[in-house]
Amino acid sequence: MSAALDTLLQHPGIWRGSDCARVAVPSLATGFAELDVLLPGGGWPAGALTEIHAERPGVGELRLVMPAAARLTRGGRWLALVSPPHVPYAPALTAHGVELSRLLVISPQGAQERLWACEQALRSGSCGMVLCWPGRLAERELRRLALAAEAGGAAGFLFHTGRAAQASPAALRLALSGRGSRTVVQILKRRGGDVPAPVTLDLFPRSAGPLPAYQPLRPPVTALSARP
Amino acid sequence: MLWLALCFPLLPLETGTRSQEAAWPVVVASSAQGSATVVACNARARAAGIHPGLGVSAAWALAPCLHVLARNEATERAALERIAAATLAFTPLASTTPPAAVLLEIAGSLHLFGGLAPLKAAVTALAADLGYTLRLGCAPTPLAAEWLARTAAPDVTHARDLEAALAPLPLAVLDAPGDVAATLDGIGIRTIGEFARLPREATARRFGPPLVEALDRALGRRPDPRAPYAPPAAFESKLDLPAPVAETQALLFAARRLIGEFAAWLAGTGRGALRFRFDLAHDDGPDTPVTIGLAAPGRDPAHLALVTRERFERLALDRPVETLALASDELQPLASQNLAFFPDAAHAAENAARLVERLRARLGEDAVRGLTLVPDHRPERAWRFSAPGAATRDAAAPARPLWLLSEPRPLALDTDGPRLGGALALLPDCERIESGWWDGAGIARDYFVAEDTAGARYWVYRERASGQWLLHGVFG
Repeated sequence: MSAALDTLLQHPGIWRGSDCARVAVPSLATGFAELDVLLPGGGWPAGALTEIHAERPGVGELRLVMPAAARLTRGGRWLALVSPPHVPYAPALTAHGVELSRLLVISPQGAQERLWACEQALRSGSCGMVLCWPGRLAERELRRLALAAEAGGAAGFLFHTGRAAQASPAALRLALSGRGSRTVVQILKRRGGDVPAPVTLDLFPRSAGPLPAYQPLRPPVTALSARP
Repeated sequence: MLWLALCFPLLPLETGTRSQEAAWPVVVASSAQGSATVVACNARARAAGIHPGLGVSAAWALAPCLHVLARNEATERAALERIAAATLAFTPLASTTPPAAVLLEIAGSLHLFGGLAPLKAAVTALAADLGYTLRLGCAPTPLAAEWLARTAAPDVTHARDLEAALAPLPLAVLDAPGDVAATLDGIGIRTIGEFARLPREATARRFGPPLVEALDRALGRRPDPRAPYAPPAAFESKLDLPAPVAETQALLFAARRLIGEFAAWLAGTGRGALRFRFDLAHDDGPDTPVTIGLAAPGRDPAHLALVTRERFERLALDRPVETLALASDELQPLASQNLAFFPDAAHAAENAARLVERLRARLGEDAVRGLTLVPDHRPERAWRFSAPGAATRDAAAPARPLWLLSEPRPLALDTDGPRLGGALALLPDCERIESGWWDGAGIARDYFVAEDTAGARYWVYRERASGQWLLHGVFG
């Protein structure tokens, strides 16, 4: 009986208010199982915009997208960074598994050019992921980017610092804050569901520092003891 | 053999007017016979009652706002050669026939293009792209094809039909000298068929051998070899603008004509452009060069036009442009592409190359880059910008932040250690980097990962010589 009910409830036409709708949207797994279960489609939405509001730079906003970016670039698709705030550090990107030969760093001058470059990258169809630091955007501009992402099938990420203020047409909105060495991810908006409780991720695992313990070099004892 | 003749009845006019959409009557005048007479006129001039052969002063009287261009036969010849180069996309044997025809040998091309009608449609589309009015004729001999094109007569594909098809053509296609034409007209010979029925020897003696020989060539009784056109090694084309242009939109119209020619020339010669250059000539002062670079060799006219548009829209024109020239700077052999049954990785890579070009055309070369690793222990030298898509070797890197500050920022210090906003807690692991003493940019630093009270992580170091603390990266 309950098995039959479960089968029935799996029907895509049935949606239960308590659930996040399991919609079959194209998406990229985030690489964090705790987060994937909370997202419709089980990952970052492809062909749509995701907004990430970091409490302050450095809480892990970029590390959060690195597993998906790494998988994407290894699969031969392109990752575009539009007007990054600092130099994206190549050795660190490589350490996260990003294929540098599939990376595009775009540094436009001025807000208008930035918006245009972002739209082109989203629309082109060759970029799987576009990370953009757009500053403030009007809602009309956001809609334009959302349409471009849909046309190109790219996952667009807009990074902001501080609190999310106005409403936005983005499919997914996250707020990030640090708590000790962990990062708290609060979903502000997602498609087809209410807002779940925040999830805490360990984006800085202790094992990430692969520095070997300091081992002083010792001269071989035998060589010394050969001479009295 | 089967020949396709391309006749350009308005060539003298269109070499001058195809760069702009003329909204006024235009004629081309020649002063070869002493007084200036109209050689060709556009539709507006014809509507005003002007026709070829009219004196220029009479034409002025009919249309006071008339625009008169002087005929330039060297330009026409050059235009004809560029058309021939463009038609090399259809056949390896193209031949120019002044004053206004190009002949293509198409027997081998019919199968590739799926028959005569699709091939003719492709040639017509090419001529429309280049801005020329075209008449086509097809026959087993080159001269007959030209005659059929000039008289807009139906095509002939078999040699056995040739004589019957040529018979009704007017005698004017023979281009006989004026007095000979008048004599023939006087004795009632008005078509090729009537001329062919005259006794051969007597006709040759009376009107000269060239006319009889031309007829023999047209009917295939005498060989008619044509010199194949060999395209030059570099492309150069120039368009004079009838009226000076200051807006980029009008300039783009002319540029598209040149790009059509350029793309067809590239296809005909089996090459792709890596870099090409527009020269915008002004009435006064030096030319404005506009160089356009592509990430991968290309020859798709739509793509070349798109890149050109992005580049032109960025252009600040302070003076009107009189002449637009296009020259190829850097070319590469480019084989034709096989179409893939499934879109694949190679297709995506080409798409990305196009994206890079479009972005570079508008934002500048330096705004679109890739990253690559450099084997160096000094953090600021362990990377550099490169061309997008440059291959890089993989290296296992120790813990590094995703953001590197372009200039390390000094940190305030209190009794517990460095501060950034609030106190920073240093994680226990320390990395000492001491390198580069050999090239004068040596460093001696102790790097730490620091965490602030809100959980953000930074990469900081202590300068070993001075003891100063600096912020070098953010973990992102």
